[in-house]
Order: sequence, then C-alpha cells, then structure tokens
Amino acid sequence: MRLPLPSIEELKEARKSTRKRPMPSQDPLARMHNFAEVALGYSEEDALLEAARCLSCKKAFCQEGCPVDIDIPAFITKIKERDYLGAARKIKEKSNLPAICGRVCPQESQCEKYCIRGKKEEPVAIGRLERFVADYEIAQGKSDGTGVNSVERSTREPSRDSRVAVVGSGPASLTVAGDLARKGYAVTLFEALHVPGGVLMYGIPEFRLPERIVQHEIEGIRQLGVEIQTNVVIGSTITVDQLFQKGYVAVFLGTGAGLPYFMGIPGENLNGVYSANEFLTRVNLMKAYLFPTYLTPIKVGRRVAVLGAGNVAMDAARTARRLGAEEVSIVYRRSAAEMPARHEEIEHAKEEGVQLRLLTNPIEIKGDDAGWVKELVCLRYELGAPDESGRRAPIAIPGSEHSLEVDTVVVAIGQGPNPLITATTEGLIANKRGNIVAGENGETSRPGVFAGGDIVTGAATVILAMGAGKKAAAAIDRYLSEASHD
Amino acid sequence: MYRIVRKEVLAPGLKRFDVEAPLVARSARAGQFIILRLDEWGERIPLTIADLDPEQGTVTIIFQEVGKSTQLLGQLEEGEYIRDFVGPLGRPSHISQLGRVVMIGGGVGIAPIHPIAREMKRAGNEVISILGARNRQLLILEEEMKQASTEVLITTDDGSYGRKGLVTKVLQELIIHRSPINLVVSIGPLVMMEAVCRVTQAAGIKTMVSLNPIMVDGTGMCGACRVQVGAETRFACVDGPEFDGHLVDWKLARQRAQMFVAEEKQALQEHEERRKGGLGGCGCHCHQ
Ligand SMILES: Cc1cc2nc3c(=O)[nH]c(=O)nc-3n(C[C@H](O)[C@H](O)[C@H](O)COP(=O)(O)OP(=O)(O)OC[C@H]3O[C@@H](n4cnc5c(N)ncnc54)[C@H](O)[C@@H]3O)c2cc1C
Ligand SMILES: Cc1cc2nc3c(=O)[nH]c(=O)nc-3n(C[C@H](O)[C@H](O)[C@H](O)COP(=O)(O)OP(=O)(O)OC[C@H]3O[C@@H](n4cnc5c(N)ncnc54)[C@H](O)[C@@H]3O)c2cc1C
Ligand code: SF4
Ligand code: SF4
Ligand code: FES
Repeated sequence: MRLPLPSIEELKEARKSTRKRPMPSQDPLARMHNFAEVALGYSEEDALLEAARCLSCKKAFCQEGCPVDIDIPAFITKIKERDYLGAARKIKEKSNLPAICGRVCPQESQCEKYCIRGKKEEPVAIGRLERFVADYEIAQGKSDGTGVNSVERSTREPSRDSRVAVVGSGPASLTVAGDLARKGYAVTLFEALHVPGGVLMYGIPEFRLPERIVQHEIEGIRQLGVEIQTNVVIGSTITVDQLFQKGYVAVFLGTGAGLPYFMGIPGENLNGVYSANEFLTRVNLMKAYLFPTYLTPIKVGRRVAVLGAGNVAMDAARTARRLGAEEVSIVYRRSAAEMPARHEEIEHAKEEGVQLRLLTNPIEIKGDDAGWVKELVCLRYELGAPDESGRRAPIAIPGSEHSLEVDTVVVAIGQGPNPLITATTEGLIANKRGNIVAGENGETSRPGVFAGGDIVTGAATVILAMGAGKKAAAAIDRYLSEASHD
Repeated sequence: MYRIVRKEVLAPGLKRFDVEAPLVARSARAGQFIILRLDEWGERIPLTIADLDPEQGTVTIIFQEVGKSTQLLGQLEEGEYIRDFVGPLGRPSHISQLGRVVMIGGGVGIAPIHPIAREMKRAGNEVISILGARNRQLLILEEEMKQASTEVLITTDDGSYGRKGLVTKVLQELIIHRSPINLVVSIGPLVMMEAVCRVTQAAGIKTMVSLNPIMVDGTGMCGACRVQVGAETRFACVDGPEFDGHLVDWKLARQRAQMFVAEEKQALQEHEERRKGGLGGCGCHCHQ
C-alpha cells in the first residue's frame, strides 16, 4: 500500500520548517536488546518534505563541504521531481558508496556544515536524503553500487590487458577497484581477512551500518569484473614485489589504520581488557553476539568502561550495552565539547543509557588474584588555558584519585598503520608514525605503487578514504595510459 | 575453499591434514602459522605449519582436539573443504649455524618443532631433540624427528616408552654432560616451556619458545594476542610467535589463556549434548 504523498500545501509548509525532519528510529528501550539498525531511514514522504527545505542554491556551499564534490542541489532537485533513480545517478557520478556514506558520513562537519540554511536554523538533512535515495535504488533492484546499469554489468569483461592489484578492501580500495574496472582494467583485490569490506565489516557495528548494505555494494564491484581474493596477506602471502613479478603493472595500497593503540598504563594486559578493534571484530566480523551458534566468544560482564570518546568508543559502548552490560561508561579526559565523536552518536549512546565520565582519566587498571579486571583507577581533570591546538588543556587535579569498579575495559584511543607492507617493500617510504607517504593523487616513492585512505592520512573517515581512492584511480589510469610498462 | 588432500589420525585426538593452499605453501617458512576458519560459523583458529610441499601446493597442519572448533575440524574427511585458510602468519624461526642446539617438543608441540629441527640440521647444527608425551600412544612424528635430528631422546609421563618423567630431567642431564649447548628451542604446553626456561636460565642458555595466546585476526589488528616480553607488550601474531623465553611473563600468559574458559566449556557442552542426543551426530550446523 502506498501512502498518499504530501500535497503542495504540505510541501510549502515543510519548506518553512526550521528543523530537519527527524529520522525515524528504533525505540531506545527496544534497540538495546538487538543489533538491528537504529536509524530506520526516511520514508518517501519524509524525503519529499525534507527535500522541500533545500533552496537549490546557485552557489551551493554544501557541495564545497563534500570531500567528493557531490552535486547536492542537483540530486535534491531530482528528489523533488520524484525521480529517485535520477537522484541516485547524480550522486554516483561522484560517489560509489552512497548507501554507506549516507549512513556514516560526519555530515555535520562536512556538507551540512556549509548548508546555507544552517546559518540560522538546522541545515538540510543531506545525509538522510542521500541514504534515502541509495536505499530506494537498492530496493528497486537497480543498484550495483557503482552507477553502471545492469545490461552493461552482465557483459563486463576487462577491455585492456593491464592488470592492477588493489590491496585491502575498505572504502579506499573498493573505490579504486570499481573505478578502474569501469575503465576496463583487470583488477584483483586482495584482502587479508576472510570477508571484504575493511572497517565497514569488522569495525562499524551492524546497528549503524548493516552488513547487507556493505555486501550489496561489494557485490556490485564484483559484477564489474573485479576479482576479490580474500585470505591473502600482502607482504606475507605475496609481497608487493611479487605482485609486479606476477604481471600486475600497478598496485594500490589501501590497508587502513588497523593497529590498535593502548594507553601504556599498568594492568592493560589483564583479562577483560580489550582493544576496541578486538571487541568490535569479535562482535561484528565474527558475530560473537550470536555465540554459541557462531563459535567466537565475547565476554562483557556487568560494568564496562570504554576509554576514549571518538566514534570507535561510542560504537564499543553501544555494543557493550547490547551484549547485556548494565553500566557502561565512556571515560574521557576532556569535556563534552571536545569529544571527537559525532554528535548524533553521542546522543544515541546517551539514549541507550551509556554514561559519560568526563574530565576523568585512567591511570591504572587493577585486577583480582586470577588476573581479571576489577577496578579502574582514575584522576579527575579540569580545563586550563588553551594549548597549541586551541583546545583547553586538561590538567589533573591533585588528590582526585578514585576507582571505578569494572568487569571489562575497552581501550578506544585510536589506531595506527599496520607496518607489514612498509616493512616488506623495498623503497616504499613511510613517515615517523608509519603512514605511507603519498602525494596528492596517491603516488608513493615507488613507481607504480599508489596508496590512499587511512594508511596515508591516519584514521579518518569513509568519505575521505573514498575520495583518496577516486584520485588514485584516476592517477593510476593516467600512469598506465601515458607510458608503456613492461 | 581449501581442500583437504590427505588426512591421517596420528594418535587419539591428534590429527594431521595436508591442505591445498598453494600461495601459502610457496611462501611459508619454519616457525610460521596459518589461521583457518572451518565454515560460516567457525572461529578463526591458529595452527602452526608443520610441513610444506611447494610443488604439490599443500600445507600440513597437526592439531589436537581440545575444544569444539578443533573437534569439528577433526571430523572433516579427505576431499572435504575448509572455508578459510590464511597465511603464512608470524615471523619465521631464526635459523643459523650455532653448533649444538637442543629442540624440545612436548605433546602436539612436536609438530611445530619438527620443521625448525630440520632447518637447524640443514644449517649444519648438531641437533639433539627431546620429545615428551603423556604416553607412548600420544607420541607423534618419532620417525620424522629422527630424520630431522642428530639424536632423539624420548620421555613419557607414565614411562610407557623411552624414559619415564619430564623433558626437563633429560635436559638437565644434557646440560651437565653435553656442554656447551648454544641454543634451546622449546614448544609445547605453557607449563613445559616455562619449566624448560627455568632450567636454561640457571644454566645461562639462550632459549626460544613459541607462544600460542588466543588470537583473532592474526595480522596485528586486534591485540588479542598480547604477551609481555621483558618490559614490552608484544603482539604474538606479528612480533612472534617465537620469543626469548627468559623474558616472557609466564604468569600473564597462563592467565590470558583462561580468558574464555567458561565460553569454551559452554560451546563444547552444547556440542557434546547434540552428539549424544543423536541430532545429526556430526555436530555440524546442517542438522540444527
Ligand atoms: C569502529 C569504527 C567506527 C567508525 N565510524 C565511522 C563513521 O561513522 N564515519 C566515518 O566516516 N568513518 C568512520 N570510521 C573510520 C572509517 O571506517 C575509516 O576511516 C575507513 O574505513 C578507512 O578506509 P580504508 O579504505 O583506508 O581502510 P580500512 O577500512 O581500514 O580497510 C583496510 C583493509 O585492508 C586490509 N589489509 C590491511 N593490511 C593488509 C595486507 N597486508 N594485505 C591485505 N589486506 C590488508 C584490512 O584487513 C582491511 O580490511 C570508523 C572506524 C572505526 C574503526
Ligand atoms: C600461533 C599458534 C600456533 C598454534 N599451533 C597449534 C598446532 O600446531 N596444533 C595445535 O593443536 N594447536 C595449536 N595452537 C592452539 C590452537 O589454536 C587451539 O588449540 C585452538 O584454537 C583451540 O580451539 P578449540 O575451539 O578447539 O578449543 P577451545 O575449547 O576454544 O579452547 C581450548 C584452549 O585453546 C586455546 N584457544 C582457544 N581459542 C583460541 C584461539 N582463537 N587462538 C589461540 N588459542 C586458542 C585456549 O588456551 C583454550 O583454553 C596454536 C595456537 C597459536 C596461537
Ligand atoms: S558523501 Fe558525505 S559529505 Fe558528501 S554529500 Fe554525501 S553525506 Fe555529505
Ligand atoms: S546549501 Fe543547503 S539549501 Fe543550498 S543547495 Fe545546499 S543543501 Fe540546499
Ligand atoms: S591476533 Fe589480532 S593482533 Fe594478534
């Protein structure tokens, strides 16, 4: 049954609204007990009413805030015209993964931050509209994740004899693979884990980004003729040099920021202390929330402390709640204003009962006789004068030592680059932190080797990784077109 | 999908598979391991590479059925497939010519010590191997170890074969009568490796051990495999699995092995109940 769509009067009224149309969401009480998606997505009616708020600016500031330069007024106009597939095509001129970006982009600091309406009221909900369009296209069976229509797809054969190897399968690599396959290159994508998708599969939880959506987009890239080989660790199973020996003429490295940092405080190796990567990988990639049907275990106990306040920390805290933990707190040294996580994620976490222990920093983890986490010793902090970064520096308050009783600690203070490839590839230069040094278009110190995404920038965002992939794919195409390589 | 081209039961609960994995077979070296996942529901389990055949493209694994995952693995037959099989992971053993070296393998630990012994002998060392098992039936790879060593000494806990007692007793005698010993490599249960290290530390003999903490990805991404070596926390899957045994924090290693004991029991119990209940019997998911 189709609901009646908004009338002209309703659209006019909606145009005046100072607020975004709210996102239909699962009730907090219900969602705390499941891993189903929290944000349910706009209905067609919601989308039309929200699209009505867009002023179709001639000079669209929003577009400048999008790292991949999506023609936002144009796609929203298509929505107004109820040409949702047309809207999807418009987005896909620039982005290969709209169903993903529409869900996880930090829009408030990108496109929506610059929306003209945002100056006085809430900006247009660009991300929600993007997601609506992408989901619509998927539901219509018209999406292959790449913007190529189904006829072209089924007859896809590489038209050039240049073979390109793409390492890793996160958003950067998926973008490179998709773009180059569309240009006719024979692309092989190598992933170390047993499933492609990178952080989209092992890190970001099901309740924020369903596996089904990610795998749909990956299937689209497969259908473009990209060969995906899982269970191959480049640098170990095959080295970068061996890829060239095997006849690949260019290599893209999109290996991400997959090395978890710990705080270096006493007690971090006690049982019950996880890195966020371990915690989330067990639950997302290995589906520990379905133990023992799935055989990978996870243990949370009653009280969980998550160290850090970024998106990763929010994901870990919300996951812990869903696994049954009664008291989950975020422990963070600065104040709410400095929390790096997206506002929406913090709100969702709070709704789900996650507590924020701000201006608090752990200095030691104590365990029981059997080596299990028992308490987290912390200091209280206050904010002093602004430091070089312009943020007010947290200063420990003397004598403020206190303990939290905990059963589990999740360390979510950041990730660095995995050194495996730089350690095994001659002539590939990395900086002090271990990130591969690459130019504007992903070119590295090794001819024919390109890199992009978190491995170059350090932990960043999906859309930035995708943007880097786009540039690198274009650069690889130029590199292979300009010279003959043998 | 990775085909099991050969299956052999070495002893009760101890099985050997040759698995078709040509890329791994071509790149692996002694001391490295693989991670496999049985099927869609499986956990990622690490197993040492016990042997390789680069021509045939096969990798040999030898495993002990200790819990649900390894029991399910043991039920697979020749010609059947393992869903995922990735490697080689970890750093290879450091092989060099040192003179007289002692290789100590306990239980299923004899499997990973075998390729190291063979390489050590090839590199021109005098290789004395001490093999320990609970009883004669559980002693594996005796012939292969004889080929790979200059000399093999055997102990069993119950005295059913070789000397009665623990490997450390034989080691102590070697230290007294066969000095100098330039290196000891010990692989087996944690308690055995720790006991060996106590003996060699007193005698001042460098000792390498292969640690097998709980792992998930095996590529350095999760930190589940943390071990404390000297003042540093290391990830065994990428920094190891071999470490200087005299620097290992054994208490911590023992503790961390216990992290999921309750869950492991739960998985096993459920598995055994299903078997007893005649629900398919094979414990696979198609009978759920
Ligand atoms: C929990 C979590 C939540 C996040 N939430 C958000 C969010 O809401 N919004 C947002 O925009 N960003 C978010 N991010 C960040 C975002 O996911 C990353 O910036 C993005 O995924 C980086 O993409 P990438 O392509 O560089 O690499 P990754 O996605 O990290 O993928 C790298 C892949 O390469 C593989 N690999 C590594 N080494 C090798 C090798 N040697 N051989 C073969 N394969 C290898 C890895 O297994 C992995 O699959 C989040 C990150 C995490 C961890
Ligand atoms: C580098 C390395 C090499 C190994 N090589 C061999 C080998 O050659 N032959 C062999 O028989 N075993 C080997 N193991 C141990 C083997 O991985 C475990 O016995 C197996 O994972 C147990 O799984 P399970 O479900 O049958 O048992 P469970 O009931 O789950 O566990 C039994 C015990 O196995 C250990 N264990 C459980 N899960 C893991 C895991 N994910 N990773 C590591 N250990 C775990 C724990 O100490 C646990 O108490 C190795 C382990 C490592 C880390
Ligand atoms: S890709 Fe991200 S930043 Fe660009 S328009 Fe979409 S939501 Fe905004
Ligand atoms: S700036 Fe805002 S109102 Fe203007 S086109 Fe972009 S989304 Fe529409
Ligand atoms: S197993 Fe994940 S880092 Fe070693």
